[in-house]
Amino acid sequence: MFDAFRVIIARDLLLAMRRRSDVLTTLFFFVIVVSLFPLGIGPELDTLRLIAPGVFWVAALLASMLALEKLFFVDYQDGALEQMLLAPQPLSILVLGKVFAHWLVTGVPLVLLSPLLGLQYDLSGDTILTMMITLLLGTPALSLIGAIGAALTLGLRGGGVLVSLLVLPLYIPVLIFGAGAVEAEVSGLGGAGHLSMLGAILLLSILAAPLATAAALRISAE
Amino acid sequence: MSGRIFNIYRFSSPATFYPLAGKIARIAAWIALLLLAVGLYMSFFVAPTDYKQGEGYRIIFIHVPAAWMSMFIYLVMAFWAGIGLVFNTRLSSMMAQALAPTGAIMTFIALWTGAFWGKPMWGAWWVWDARLTSELILFFLYIGFIALQGAIDDNRRADRAGAVLLLVGVVNIPIIYFSVKWWNTLHQGASVSIKNGSSMSTIMLQAMLVMTFAFWAYSIAVSLYRVRSIILEREKDARWVSELPEVGR
Repeated sequence: MFDAFRVIIARDLLLAMRRRSDVLTTLFFFVIVVSLFPLGIGPELDTLRLIAPGVFWVAALLASMLALEKLFFVDYQDGALEQMLLAPQPLSILVLGKVFAHWLVTGVPLVLLSPLLGLQYDLSGDTILTMMITLLLGTPALSLIGAIGAALTLGLRGGGVLVSLLVLPLYIPVLIFGAGAVEAEVSGLGGAGHLSMLGAILLLSILAAPLATAAALRISAE
Repeated sequence: MSGRIFNIYRFSSPATFYPLAGKIARIAAWIALLLLAVGLYMSFFVAPTDYKQGEGYRIIFIHVPAAWMSMFIYLVMAFWAGIGLVFNTRLSSMMAQALAPTGAIMTFIALWTGAFWGKPMWGAWWVWDARLTSELILFFLYIGFIALQGAIDDNRRADRAGAVLLLVGVVNIPIIYFSVKWWNTLHQGASVSIKNGSSMSTIMLQAMLVMTFAFWAYSIAVSLYRVRSIILEREKDARWVSELPEVGR
């Protein structure tokens, strides 16, 4: 079972390395969205420092959502998904592997790049660290929750827009606790409570989301 | 058949449920009309003017029933969707589909009347209060479900995909609600509380309950009429449909 988990991750990472532009698109989308806000709002650093947590988190939400489309679609088109459905290993484990690989490719670069963007918003070192921790805890939860939406809309007309409609409301708790942790840290309240909630959401989605995604995949691919 | 117990499974078939739904819907529609007349009379002429909020508070008699129904209908939908997913009964999924527009409308009415109530009382059409925000998110969840059902051409797939979405939504609703609530208290919000109606007089409460039952009966009637249309649409090739008097050509 864990072999299958590992094989899936290795395969998806290899595929992603062969199509590097996909990875970079998501990353640059994040960078561009974050950079657009100062242009729209104005360059005052006091304002920017205030809105930074929200901006970063909303941009991360949108970037993660955009990347969802590719999560199952290629496998669905070339028939690999059908083989996964037929495999003796539990589908939810395979799904977990795919989502994990997807997060490594789309989520982790975003986490690693956030300090650089944080400097653009004149955030302090501690705040940037908190921001990185929240993103590290939050983005895998986003990928897991989003996978349900991606599986439900697999192969539908206008699936991309539909995914956003289904998934964004479900992202709200992650957004609240992710941005909330950073804000609480900035205002000196300490973000530990928010971080714990974020961790709880992550654990819950690791447990439940692959099962729901597997059920949705079986419905979509039948 | 022994006939000792009433066989509820009899009505899990669209062919037998269709006439029953018609009967119940007609009764529920009359009840809704009656209760609405009584409830509106009570809320406009019997209920006293509120000493703090004046006449403007009377919007509560529409607002609160709509908000209650919007939450209740989502639960009912998820219940039917779960039944449909587990037992693979066609009718349950049709019920979930038929309830969705009514639920969305109730959510919309609650938001709309809430805005009208908020303007004179708080001086703002919208405040980012926990209840308002979570009601708005509930509206998004309804729209997502309707959009998903609309995007899938194959009925069976639409039913089951919608069911998964509803069940995921039901698990998420408490999480969303509490996170929004916590977010709101942390931000110190607009410092208004909706709870100023706690000292409600008995007659106001009675009027509100009558209105709630009116809305409830209305939802039953409308969703049963809608499920009848869905049944006709999906079973249009079945023999029993072509033998219906209203279908005959």
